[in-house]
Amino acid sequence: MSNFIYFWNHFAFILLMVGGLFIIITSQNYLKKVVGLAIFQTAVFVFFVSLAKVLDGTAPILTKMANAYSNPLPHVLILTAIVVGVATSALGLALVLQIYKNYETIEEKEIESLELKSDK
Amino acid sequence: MFDIFLDDAPALVVVLPLLISAIIAFMPSKIWPWIISIITLFLHLFLSLHLLKEISVSGLIIYEFGNWEPPWGISFKIDGVNIGLQLLFSIFVLVSTFYSRKIFLNEIDYRDSGKAYSLWLLAVGSLNGIILTNDIFNLFVFLEISALASISLIALGAGQNRKALLAAFNYLIIGAIGATFYVIGVGFAYAMTGTLNMNDLVIQLAQYSDGQLAIFAGMSFMLIGLMVKAAIFPVHIWLPPAYSYAPSAVSTLLAALATKTILYFFVRLLYEVFIIYPSYLSLFLDFVLYPLSLLAIFIGTVIAIYQDDIKKLLAFSSIAQIGYITLAFSLKDHSGVASGFVHILNHALIKGGLFMAVGYFAILYKDRVTLNSLKGFGYKYPITSFALLICGLSLIGLPLTNGFISKLYLFQALYTNQMYFSIALVAVSSALAVVYFWKIVEQMWFSEIKFKSEKEDAYIYLPIWIVTISIIVFGIYSTPIIEFSNLSADYLISGYQN
Repeated sequence: MSNFIYFWNHFAFILLMVGGLFIIITSQNYLKKVVGLAIFQTAVFVFFVSLAKVLDGTAPILTKMANAYSNPLPHVLILTAIVVGVATSALGLALVLQIYKNYETIEEKEIESLELKSDK
Repeated sequence: MFDIFLDDAPALVVVLPLLISAIIAFMPSKIWPWIISIITLFLHLFLSLHLLKEISVSGLIIYEFGNWEPPWGISFKIDGVNIGLQLLFSIFVLVSTFYSRKIFLNEIDYRDSGKAYSLWLLAVGSLNGIILTNDIFNLFVFLEISALASISLIALGAGQNRKALLAAFNYLIIGAIGATFYVIGVGFAYAMTGTLNMNDLVIQLAQYSDGQLAIFAGMSFMLIGLMVKAAIFPVHIWLPPAYSYAPSAVSTLLAALATKTILYFFVRLLYEVFIIYPSYLSLFLDFVLYPLSLLAIFIGTVIAIYQDDIKKLLAFSSIAQIGYITLAFSLKDHSGVASGFVHILNHALIKGGLFMAVGYFAILYKDRVTLNSLKGFGYKYPITSFALLICGLSLIGLPLTNGFISKLYLFQALYTNQMYFSIALVAVSSALAVVYFWKIVEQMWFSEIKFKSEKEDAYIYLPIWIVTISIIVFGIYSTPIIEFSNLSADYLISGYQN
């Protein structure tokens, strides 16, 4: 139990991550898949940022009382990863839009049946 | 005067294509984006040759960005392991860019050619970054840039067939999951060691000599993420549709180089960093990578036999060929790693040549190339058909082609490790490769329909023949590829035996 409280950030991260993956795998709608992917990636951002926290640590900005410093590097890494995530979501949404223009639906099942018909 | 630039050659090979890609993105012209790309890639090749010269003198270059020393700053590392791949990369990218022009003009709107070449250079620069980087987080960034550029390029195939959009979307979702898994692994590794630099990581990991669960979890996340990206067997499903519905020029670039660069990093991570936990490494290699490679070889080949669409057939054969490479890498000794690198270099040429030839047929036939549509092509377009024949024979592994050299070294490596079952399976799979390639040959030369030969475009068949001739040359005079591969194995395996 004490482990659970001590590592609660990891549990939060796993919950978000599994939730995101679940949405990606189960949803039939392409738009929902993109949203699931965004949640999945956000989970990793939370994980990285929570790693950076040092107990009683703070950023030495606007205060002279900082005794311990939190690690700034994971924040910087995640800044990069957020940009990557935004680009991925943007490209994903652009593709969904194009799929909608070409198929007039973004439901996986309907598109599969359309493709089966066109193959015959 | 050029010395200033040459000092920064390791950074420039990556930065130059990325920079130029931003410049040509909005050029409305039909030809200028291509000309600028060609000039850029000539410079790229020149810089790679300069790196080769430097490496042959010093043996190791560590390029520190902003002069921040390695554990703190990002660094690029060039040594015996990656110089061979870097050189092949430079040369092949230049050849395929020559090839791409007429193909792009046929397959996409000419007004998009600026954007297409912008993405093309973006993919080239970021894939080259994967080859050179020495920082595990930096690798993730390059991985994602190359994935996003490739996905956009694949989606350009929608003008021909709207399935390209679905293929691109699936690649986006699966690729992003893979990359995110890799980042989770990086997070675990960083939490335990506080470093992202690969050389420093080895030093820091050594303090946990008995191994920690968190590190093993992190390593597993990283490896699985990279396996998705490298299309190793059960997580390969994004690859066949992506390669077969992409525009032909794009298939050529991706099939020849994209998975190869990631496989290179995969093996580097295994044998340079994770080597300090030999028990974990042999567990992974013996019980994960080895059986998956055998399955990939067998299933990839069998599915390829049943394909009607030629590009899809080649994509499934790629799955099998990636299986050969990972099988060689799972052997844990010098001969295995060396034969893996031999096949990385050789297969890049073979698959590149095959996709080039089939891409040209798609332009000539003005539709997707299926087995039926190839009837009589051997007489109609003899120059390209003959190149396709040679590349195909090399894929099977006939003597006098470089595919034979690959198979020879793989068999030798398997034989020294006494893996007779694998030898049998590789032999059977090579025989099955004859089946699917024979179906193509039968349609092309032995069908009833006979055509008179038609004129072929020299701008397209010359690059194809450059690749084809290199396949024959490296089949007869294989020393360069063997030397580079042995060099790579020397650098990687020396760490394993200590």
